Amino acid sequence: MADTIDVEGKQLAVDEEGYLADLNDWVPEVATVMSKQDNLELTPEHWDIINFLREYYEEYQIAPAVRVLTKAVGKKLGKEKGNSKYLYSLFPYGPAKQACRFAGLPKPTGCV
Amino acid sequence: MSEIVKKFMYLNRKAPYGTIYAWEALEVVLIGAAFDQDVCVMFMDDGVYQLTKGQDPKGIGMKNFSPTFRTLGDYEVKRIFVDRASLEARGLTQDDLVEIAFEDFETEEEIDNIVEVVDSERVSELMNDSDVVFSF
Repeated sequence: MADTIDVEGKQLAVDEEGYLADLNDWVPEVATVMSKQDNLELTPEHWDIINFLREYYEEYQIAPAVRVLTKAVGKKLGKEKGNSKYLYSLFPYGPAKQACRFAGLPKPTGCV
Repeated sequence: MSEIVKKFMYLNRKAPYGTIYAWEALEVVLIGAAFDQDVCVMFMDDGVYQLTKGQDPKGIGMKNFSPTFRTLGDYEVKRIFVDRASLEARGLTQDDLVEIAFEDFETEEEIDNIVEVVDSERVSELMNDSDVVFSF
């Protein structure tokens, strides 16, 4: 993984696992660029989760573990979305890990 | 997943900033919550400051992680205790502490605030009752 990613001509620093080094660098294009690297096309359903994660972080100052994310998504976006099958269908590399990376958050706490 | 469920107590005795203990303890609780054990968290001595409202550590260049305590309910930690004597010794009451809600998504059980202030007698009882006590 490169140590920077190119977003709209700007070089943004990332860590060795590809997570943004500075949360404040995030713009929506970060998610678009990262998803292209992962060969993923972002749909409105992806954005729901990405925006949800950013709100969660804003409020609680952590990225939720996948279990907690699943529960919280179910509560906020409807029960049919609050299950890991749905979330994995959107984010095949792991809903918490991959979606948090797109959202510019650190790797989730409690992600084993 | 192991069938054996042990009673874990995380005992927090240090102020939230100045050392890394409080933040590390919180991370351990959140990570440990993945293992489906019977968990409670106890705050005593300067540890009671960890739950106080209105923390602003910007001046010392630290992240304010007090909002993160409010996720404990999401992580299925249902029992959070605060030693009354430690609170009183610092001129604090329950009103100075954050509230932590709990909701079980499956059973729809809801509790508005799981932070419970307890007497010293109950503190020792809870400690005796635990299989493992992690002290931070």
